[in-house]
Amino acid sequence: MRRLLNTLYVTMPDAYLACDGENVLIKAQDEIKFRIPVHNLEGIVCFGFAGASPKLMYLCCERGVALSFLTGYGKFMGRVTGNVSGNVLLRRTQYRWSDDNNTAVRLSRRFIAAKIMNSRAVLHRVLRDHPEAVDQDSLRRAIQLLAGMPKRLEQAKDGDAVRGIEGEAARLYFTHFNELLLSQKDDFQIADRNRRPPTDRMNALLSFLYTLLTHESVAALESVGLDPQVGFLHRDRPGRPSLALDIMEELRPHFADRLAVTLVNRNQISAKGFVIKENGTVLMDDDTRKAVLTAWQKRKQEEIVHPYLEIKIPLGLIPYVQAMLLARYMRGDLEDYPPFFWK
Amino acid sequence: MAIYSEDDFLMLSGIQHMAFCERQWALIHIEQVWSENVRTVEGKHLHERTDDPFEDESRKTLRVVRAMPLVSHTLGLRGIADVVEFYQSKEYEAGKVCRLEDRTGWWRPAPVEYKRGRPKRDDRDAVQLCAQAMALEEMMQVSVVSGFLFYGQTKHRESIAIDATLRQHTVALTQRMHQLFREGITPKAKKGKHCSQCSLVEQCQPYWMTQHRSVEAYLARMCCVEEEDR
Ligand code: SF4
Repeated sequence: MRRLLNTLYVTMPDAYLACDGENVLIKAQDEIKFRIPVHNLEGIVCFGFAGASPKLMYLCCERGVALSFLTGYGKFMGRVTGNVSGNVLLRRTQYRWSDDNNTAVRLSRRFIAAKIMNSRAVLHRVLRDHPEAVDQDSLRRAIQLLAGMPKRLEQAKDGDAVRGIEGEAARLYFTHFNELLLSQKDDFQIADRNRRPPTDRMNALLSFLYTLLTHESVAALESVGLDPQVGFLHRDRPGRPSLALDIMEELRPHFADRLAVTLVNRNQISAKGFVIKENGTVLMDDDTRKAVLTAWQKRKQEEIVHPYLEIKIPLGLIPYVQAMLLARYMRGDLEDYPPFFWK
Repeated sequence: MAIYSEDDFLMLSGIQHMAFCERQWALIHIEQVWSENVRTVEGKHLHERTDDPFEDESRKTLRVVRAMPLVSHTLGLRGIADVVEFYQSKEYEAGKVCRLEDRTGWWRPAPVEYKRGRPKRDDRDAVQLCAQAMALEEMMQVSVVSGFLFYGQTKHRESIAIDATLRQHTVALTQRMHQLFREGITPKAKKGKHCSQCSLVEQCQPYWMTQHRSVEAYLARMCCVEEEDR
């Protein structure tokens, strides 16, 4: 299995990225603050207004290192990509499949079935581990309802039907999401899932984690030669990485939601680390963002047995593995796409 | 034999990948899978030239040409020869010698391919040399009877006869390359001993697909909820 390399997160607003031969340099006030060989990197994510030299961008393109730019608040702005990987024939298959309702729906069902089962597993975990802390009856009922949805999904004839079931599942899941909080319950209550802009701390946290996951999913798809912008469930929209959002569906509960809950439950972040603006929108402060990034990096190193391949790999490679499995399905190596299920 | 148009040309150096493993060739040349190992191979030769104990450019009877672009319309390949050596011939030999722009007399060309490692068990280096020889023949209207493989690790230079068997294998490999490329096929992995020395083993993952698991059974298993979960 491929090695899991580092992602470099640059959060200093006055940082400037440059390179010196094979090394990536981070400079601030004309001083070199950090240096790392490019072959240790999988991606670089810049938050806020960090500058980068064209030579560094060139190096990233050449070495297949994904260089993304996000706003200081974590909104994805763009990325520098090279022409290094890519099989135009594979992408053509992707486009044809995306235009073909039957195939698009079939794949959408896979993504969403896994998402629903994984959300269910997240709820199930808290019921099992902390039965005294939760509303057992209501949770049990939600878990059961969620478990029945993949079967209904199989009947879905088009994208709207799939999205309908997905929406229903998401509502059910997020209504019970607060049950997962075992400490700081009041401060991190989620009202409902809202994104732009987030209006409670949990939403701010989730949005940020989803952005990190997007970066990794986009990079994973690109590295196997798929076009991250052309999806099956998510429709094309300029600038939207629809396919990355598709494969993220199955990854969100385990990668992002559980991590958010853990951060709160272990008091690794606190309510004070969030700024609430006059209009009610909520932003993370720098220290909180750093704490989240550190936890995210650590989480990626954790090993997990991939449910389909039945091999042990670091969690951080899962987006890459799923992208690869999807590409193999498109190439005809596999008879169907095996999404990621977390049990 | 087919005459390929420039549009259909493939990379000459790819023939060594093809001889090693069809899938490896397809991953590099069709899928354009990126691998540092593969990409830097060509550039790295340059540094090893200086190690070549046989190199002597000052001889009046030898002309050493570096980085010579080659094309072959019959093979449909394009590439660059590391080095082509031209040996002065005392006399004219029909079909064996050619003229050089800036020199007088008759010259006999021989391609030299530099390899970082050591001699291989298989003929992947020889077929690459042979393809170069065949391209040279086509371009300079001369027949090439032998060439050299120089191995950096052993500092050894081997003379390779460009004979009929080698030519046939070279042509067969080239035709297969064109067929796969035309049809856009990446052959499935054939797991074998060679995988352990393959620079693309991470991207290829031959072990995933050879022990095939049913996706259908997997989906059924993962979506049906066990009793204890309730
Ligand atoms: S890993 Fe094995 S099957 Fe795959 S490309 Fe390399 S040699 Fe071929």
